Amino acid sequence: MLELQILLVFMIIGAIVAVKTKDLLSAVIAVGTVGLGLSVAFLILKAPDLAIAQLVVEILVVIILIRATIRKDLPFSTSGRWFFNTFVVFVFLIVFLIFGYICMKDLPKFGEPIMKVAQSFLNNGLKDTGATNLVSSIVLDYRAYDTLGEATILFTAVIGVLAVMRKVGRKK
Amino acid sequence: MDNPKHGMTLIVKTITRLTVGLILLFGIYIVSHGHVSPGGGFAGGVIIALSFIHILLAFGKEVALKRISYNVASFFESLGAIMFITLALLGIGSGYFLLNFISKGEPFRLFSSGLIPLYNVAISFKVGAGLFIIFVILVTFRLTKKDDRE
Repeated sequence: MLELQILLVFMIIGAIVAVKTKDLLSAVIAVGTVGLGLSVAFLILKAPDLAIAQLVVEILVVIILIRATIRKDLPFSTSGRWFFNTFVVFVFLIVFLIFGYICMKDLPKFGEPIMKVAQSFLNNGLKDTGATNLVSSIVLDYRAYDTLGEATILFTAVIGVLAVMRKVGRKK
Repeated sequence: MDNPKHGMTLIVKTITRLTVGLILLFGIYIVSHGHVSPGGGFAGGVIIALSFIHILLAFGKEVALKRISYNVASFFESLGAIMFITLALLGIGSGYFLLNFISKGEPFRLFSSGLIPLYNVAISFKVGAGLFIIFVILVTFRLTKKDDRE
């Protein structure tokens, strides 16, 4: 698990760089490195489906971020109230660490889930659905209602983007 | 297709012409083998959308929208949704909603596991066309107004 922890430290450093750089393009590229690290982490944890989806969506999102937002003159203010900002950051960090410690203490150990239904999927998945990719058999057979909801979410996202960005009906 | 006023330089255009077919083919492979190997409808659909976005970035908006116009993308997205719902409703005839009713076949084959490949194809239509539409809207709609794209 050492390589996973190295990756997590790398991702945290990338996130801090993304927040702290003045240049917008550098920040977007740093976000991209965080996504790439997450993809490799999924691969180390033996979840290739998630790794493929994460990598591909990350590429799409980074391209959209570069093309759609980099040309706009976004207001970027760092001056003023630095004492208040730093104080708030430290307070929230301490609160987050305390609550995280309390919550993580009661979680089951890594790789030993409480739910017994996953083992039943592993045992009967190939016989029930005939799909050798168990993730596909769960997403599209046992839990197909979730996939239906995901398709609805995408449909709603397209309608929302169209409604916000369309030219017809916009003033001036 | 070769209008030097629009899009990026000649190097980018040549590389795009060589690679965009391979990217589309890889997306189709990921979709069609989603029940055998890692992948599936969502990831494959995003790769298919990325191949068209590749054309749009390299050649400009006009060429990409001539390949797959706005109405065609809208049609494919609706087709994906209707195909998914229809396949799900067909299961009611022999049981319940979303039932995988046809025979499972032999494992590790391309045509196996019943309706799961068809669900994958429906989701890939939906995701690919939907993300392409979102990209076109986000990138081009606001920029055409001020006309400040290169």
